[in-house]
Amino acid sequence: MTLTSSPSKALDTKKDTRKIELKALRLRKRQLRSMDNDDPSELSGKRGRSSWIVLVGLVLFALYSVGPAWWLLISATKSKEDLYTTDAMWFADFKLFDNLASLFTYQDGIFGTWLWNSLLYAFASSIGHTVVSMAAGYGLAMYAFRGKGTTMGFIIGSFLIPGALLTIPSYLLFVQIGMYDTIWAMIIPAFFSPFAVYLAKIYAEGAVPSELLEAARIDGAGEYRIFFQISSRLMTTAGATIFLLHFVGSWNGFFGPLVYLRGADKWPVMLGLYSWLQRGTDSTVDLTGLVITGSLVATIPMVILMIAMQRYWRSGVAMGSLK
Amino acid sequence: MSSRVEVRKSLDGAEQKPSRQARAGASASPRFSWRTKQRIKGASFTWPFVIGFAVFTLLPVVVGLGQSLFSSKTSGLGFGAATVSFAGFDNFARGLVDPVFWDSMLRVSIYAVVIVPVIQLISLTLALLIDAVKRRVANRFRLILLIPYMIPGIVAIMIWLYLYSPVVGPLRPFFGLFGVHTDFFSGSMIWVSIGNLAVWGSIGFNMLILFGALQAVPREIFDAARVDGASEFRIAMSIKVPYVRGSLVLTGLLSIIGTLQIFNEPTLFRSISPESITKDFTPSMVIYNQAFQVGNLNYAAALSIILAAVVGAASVIIYRLTNKVES
Repeated sequence: MTLTSSPSKALDTKKDTRKIELKALRLRKRQLRSMDNDDPSELSGKRGRSSWIVLVGLVLFALYSVGPAWWLLISATKSKEDLYTTDAMWFADFKLFDNLASLFTYQDGIFGTWLWNSLLYAFASSIGHTVVSMAAGYGLAMYAFRGKGTTMGFIIGSFLIPGALLTIPSYLLFVQIGMYDTIWAMIIPAFFSPFAVYLAKIYAEGAVPSELLEAARIDGAGEYRIFFQISSRLMTTAGATIFLLHFVGSWNGFFGPLVYLRGADKWPVMLGLYSWLQRGTDSTVDLTGLVITGSLVATIPMVILMIAMQRYWRSGVAMGSLK
Repeated sequence: MSSRVEVRKSLDGAEQKPSRQARAGASASPRFSWRTKQRIKGASFTWPFVIGFAVFTLLPVVVGLGQSLFSSKTSGLGFGAATVSFAGFDNFARGLVDPVFWDSMLRVSIYAVVIVPVIQLISLTLALLIDAVKRRVANRFRLILLIPYMIPGIVAIMIWLYLYSPVVGPLRPFFGLFGVHTDFFSGSMIWVSIGNLAVWGSIGFNMLILFGALQAVPREIFDAARVDGASEFRIAMSIKVPYVRGSLVLTGLLSIIGTLQIFNEPTLFRSISPESITKDFTPSMVIYNQAFQVGNLNYAAALSIILAAVVGAASVIIYRLTNKVES
């Protein structure tokens, strides 16, 4: 219907044909959706009341989930005074840009440094983490060699080591080898994650056929070349999942930076926000507004990243839980 | 026998082993068949990980065990070199009867025993609700319910701190509408406040795992049950729930392990409400405090090992119990 009623006067230009194509696509999608709804089991009339209860329950849970995030979004747009006096769940005077300006200029713009640190740590550690894990998982999945069983044993066994056991000794180790209070403490140890290796191994077993490896060998490709030019491409999904999960984990990290970093110029954004929270409560300066705006700035990239790359981390969750 | 040899090799010989084999691989001498070379190359994919794992996971465990057996004393007011002496199991003996540590352990254990089943129950309810609606509706709700999972943990704690706050938070006036006047930071409410935060942060993720498990249930079973006259509620209780028990055990286990080591939440709450959260509120906080405020790293290492043992024991007990229920 939308197709026929669209204006037909300027059909000659490319733009309009494109528009119509898009409309047709949308229509087709809607048709598919309504077909989806015609699932016969969903149609029986007596389920009407119970499906209302279900829907109400879901809406309540959705409000519970979104409410606090909504509050953060609203509060970041308010001036310091409005924060205390106006309705907490609705907009007052829109002062988001003033807040951002004071956030990035406070203490010579240290918030920008923290953001940059977080980005640097997250990118650098995730790249190394992904490469090391993919290679190790691939090696464990595709080759038979001495010590393979032992390595797997250690990987599975280390899932049981609680993080609390490693923190103090790691601190001592970092002090010994001169990594304490350097950016390397945030980057290098993160390269080696048994869980990521396990994910990569599981994925490689399913995604890389050994016949392909044989064929490549016959064609004269070396083992490393096969990995970098063929197998790693077959494992892109696993790589993206591992990268994403670790990127988010690194961005959200708190306990590690708290223990391994001292200087405020090396802190990631989470630790910086914590220091403001702490200072804001025990002195005369009111940092509440800065903490709120800073929290929003530190959150939005993560939410966008997670929504954009849903496919990957959801597959990671599924792989981690079912195997 | 061979396995023990290999264990030792990857424990203390991880640095030597790769270099030796790498040299052999690089020289490409005709003594090796192509099969052996391929194996060595295959193994070499894992070497970066194996070395790093040995240095940053196994070595710290060994260092921690070693540190816990020593004690160091500084003379005077903390100036001058510390004298380190072998203390045997003194640190453990002290840790095993330390009332501050075990009080915190008891506090966190009670909290874990209450909150983990609550989280499981709510997540399961949520997964069943999502499973009961049409796929298009489900997809939309699923994304909304996962928003808490996407928000960084520290930010989530800060948001709730402000929501609870009597100054900027909307929660107190909201509860006031129903005639409930409560201080979310008081000693009796603090665990409820932290628990609500844990529920908010984790039900979305747990729901995702449980929903994934529910999707694997063959749909014909539901149709068969409907033909037999089962209500939707009955289907959920008698078919869906038993199917996801394995996932429930997994998420429960992960929650317990995480909860016993809880650190971030009480630490941030402490900066708002130091009178109801002491510096030794949870075992992880005791360890942090011993290591970095008191400066007794040896004792902190011993406490870490005790905490790890408790976490391990808890995991084994839960695993056993749930297995027994299943069989």
